[in-house]
Amino acid sequence: MTRSAVLGKDLTGLEPLDADQLRLILDTAEPFKEVSERPIKKVPALRGKTIVNLFFEASTRTRISFEFAEKRLSADTVNVAASGSSVSKGETLVDTARNLEAMRIDMVVIRHGASGAAQFLGDRIRSNVVNAGDGKHEHPTQGLLDLLTLRDRFGKLAGLKVAICGDVLHSRVARSNIWGLTKLGAEVGVCGPPTLLPRDVRELGVTVLPRIEDAIAWADALNILRLQLERMQAGFIPSLREYNRVFGVSRERLARAPKDLLIMHPGPMNRGVEIDSDVADGEHSVILPQVTNGVAVRMAVLYLLAGGSPDWHHPGGDHA
Amino acid sequence: MPTRTPVLDDRAIGRALARMASELVERCGGTEDVVLVGIQRRGVELAARIRGLIEQSSGARLGFGKLDITLYRDDLQAIGPRPVIGETSLPDLDGKTVVIVDDVLFTGRTVRAALDECADFGRPRRVLLCVLVDRGGRELPIQADIVGGSVTAGPRDRVDVLVSELDGRDAVELVRAD
Amino acid sequence: MSRPILLTGGRVLDPSRGVDQVADVYLDGGKVASVGQGIAGADGALRLDVRGKVVAPGLIDLHTHLREPGQEELETVASGAMAAAAGGFSAVCAMPNTDPVTDNQAAVGFIVSQAQRAGKARVYPIGAISVGQKGQQLAEFGELVGAGAVAVSDDGKPVMSSHLMRTALEYAQVFGIPVADHCEDLTLAQGGAMHEGIVSTRLGLKGIPSAAEEIMVARDIILAELTGGHVHLCHMSTRGSVELIRRAKDRGVRVTAEACPHHFTLTHHACEAYDTNAKMNPPLREEADREAVRQALRDGTIDVIATDHAPHHYDAKEREFDDAPNGIIGLETALGLAITELVCGGLLTLPELIARMSTLPARIFNLPGGTLAPGAPADVVVLDPEAQWEVHPDAFFSKSRNTPFAGRRLTGRADLTIVRGQVVFDRQA
Repeated sequence: MTRSAVLGKDLTGLEPLDADQLRLILDTAEPFKEVSERPIKKVPALRGKTIVNLFFEASTRTRISFEFAEKRLSADTVNVAASGSSVSKGETLVDTARNLEAMRIDMVVIRHGASGAAQFLGDRIRSNVVNAGDGKHEHPTQGLLDLLTLRDRFGKLAGLKVAICGDVLHSRVARSNIWGLTKLGAEVGVCGPPTLLPRDVRELGVTVLPRIEDAIAWADALNILRLQLERMQAGFIPSLREYNRVFGVSRERLARAPKDLLIMHPGPMNRGVEIDSDVADGEHSVILPQVTNGVAVRMAVLYLLAGGSPDWHHPGGDHA
Repeated sequence: MPTRTPVLDDRAIGRALARMASELVERCGGTEDVVLVGIQRRGVELAARIRGLIEQSSGARLGFGKLDITLYRDDLQAIGPRPVIGETSLPDLDGKTVVIVDDVLFTGRTVRAALDECADFGRPRRVLLCVLVDRGGRELPIQADIVGGSVTAGPRDRVDVLVSELDGRDAVELVRAD
Repeated sequence: MSRPILLTGGRVLDPSRGVDQVADVYLDGGKVASVGQGIAGADGALRLDVRGKVVAPGLIDLHTHLREPGQEELETVASGAMAAAAGGFSAVCAMPNTDPVTDNQAAVGFIVSQAQRAGKARVYPIGAISVGQKGQQLAEFGELVGAGAVAVSDDGKPVMSSHLMRTALEYAQVFGIPVADHCEDLTLAQGGAMHEGIVSTRLGLKGIPSAAEEIMVARDIILAELTGGHVHLCHMSTRGSVELIRRAKDRGVRVTAEACPHHFTLTHHACEAYDTNAKMNPPLREEADREAVRQALRDGTIDVIATDHAPHHYDAKEREFDDAPNGIIGLETALGLAITELVCGGLLTLPELIARMSTLPARIFNLPGGTLAPGAPADVVVLDPEAQWEVHPDAFFSKSRNTPFAGRRLTGRADLTIVRGQVVFDRQA
């Protein structure tokens, strides 16, 4: 087992990390941004490492981002798309874990529909496990790329006001953002229909902003969550049209903000529902830089998890 | 208790760098198409000083780059990740005479990594290696072309190069293990 | 009939008669023959020196799931009855959510005969309220009671139809049996995996709000008031439920209630790290709920302690939290948890605890036992209230191991369990 000196064995979420660890990942992501700009976008840091991308839920964006990150670090990668749940597939997650273990892989990147699946796997195999989204729990690399994007734009996170808007209840992105931002000293607001806010969410140290207008007036940046279309059938909102009218982020609403707001969205977007196209494509949108930063933070996480025991306290030149 | 003995003081370092600068120009047959590439971190400072000396005496402008070889090391498992990776910024290397500058030459593994990394950025016409101190103990068939000075150090000893930009003073010191 | 038994020198606790004194207890002919000083006993009697121990009426659990018929790999009537005996229980009531459902005379008779064959703790079947526990058609209470059922319940599921609950409460009065309800509004609880609160928010698990239980508690109380029937509320877990019951009792409504050891011991924080052994229904709640349940047991708002013993295979619990089944086993930890948490915790005296685990359960379900009065069944537990032990699920008599209490240090346990005048469990043996 490789147990990273700085991050531990697994990255299951941002909740277990402290501010120093979060800063370290963000700082480590900086040089990796530059790697992606090189003529040969590849460094040999993880040469010989085998990484399995185990995706129990369809995800194009996150899987591709991880795959780029792995390949740019020279790791050998295998994609396993286990469509549907492990149960419908007939194999339990614990059996899947044991099989992976038997193949002597180094890391697993897991996306799963059940909250806690990443920790479940991490507790049962020696390989490093990276959570690429587990149910409604956390999506730590998305949280990290949001932090990096905010830090790029504002230069710092402490004191920044970030409003997370929309379906917070079902959002792993929201949870990772809340942990990451609050640990690094930002103020977090959540805004959405009360039907889509989790119980006791204030105990996470966030402010509840009842209306989207409140969020726009309060925040420096909006992180607009995707509204899953099935929430309407489940009775959480009356209709997408009404959602857009009451909670949609539109250019007209933003025009009333006291300052320019940074606009973020984890994607994929429902244009015309939670976000209007002219906002998504507008000058304050950092939705595409978020995607670019995604590769860098994932490289940083994989690199930091891959390292062995800590022994880097040499003055410069010692290892020459 | 480890003992620390001076190898070069600031004046000796100054003399060594001046000699290295002129030797470099001689070896490269001038300054045209020469790119100095310092290895993070102290190699960068030394490369900058050598460039300054050459530019002062010749009036020419030299290409300059920085290289962090952390991601090209072959010992990630053994030593763990470096928490902070330095900047890598290189000019176009195609067809250039690249002079890799580092503070200490020991096993040769850093230079091996630097050569690999340079190859991913372009195809230099020629690559030279310039180090302030050669402490012996090579594990790879790599030798420096330009050397400021040599010191005999055991495998567990350390050779510390201090530069005023980072450390407040210039010195080369041998730290004996026991 | 077996050999008479003479238990000498123990502290005899019989809450049914307010007895708390050092005395001998003599059992003969399957009955309590006498309790007093210096009993001689017959020559052939089995004499057991129980000085320093407590002699009490055998514990009675109103709420177990024995899984037979249908899931004998998890538990059987025999293994459950043995686990019960090892936990100090001389009798348990078996919930009807078996496969097939215990909703008819034959099914009740089957459990009775399996229990007799096992010869350990007594097992009293609880019949289903509705045919197939489907919540539609009333089961034949008369036939069920005739075959040996002591109560009716659709436990595992709530009685969602208020009309069905009303008719059950009315009709049950013909037979003098209580209707035990699992209080859960399914429209609120649907898909929930744990208590709805800060922990479910952090873990990203769908929560079950306390209101899902409380709405049904309120409804059942109202219907008990309407019908005059006896409603028994299973596994109460919230402070709101406790308050509703307290007010109902003040008004004289025929409501009784039970609480489980896990609800007075643990909170929803036990679910952290996605420990599926802490997944149960009703879920582990908040500290204020736990405290309310403890106080309710102290002041009698909640009448009895029941285990809700729910065996599951380890494979079933070794999975994602959302997919793991609800339930924990409890027969072999209930007494230890109750003594540790409630007696050592200063909430109940030992005699009060025996009342909540033996005398009152017998009274509520109108069962024999729960008393050491001469002529009563010789169902007795000898317990060591000072014993220090650690929970080792591997040593359980139950076929299942699903407990969040593994490794926990407890005080107090049963040393000897006697049913019908026969030793069915002896820790020394």
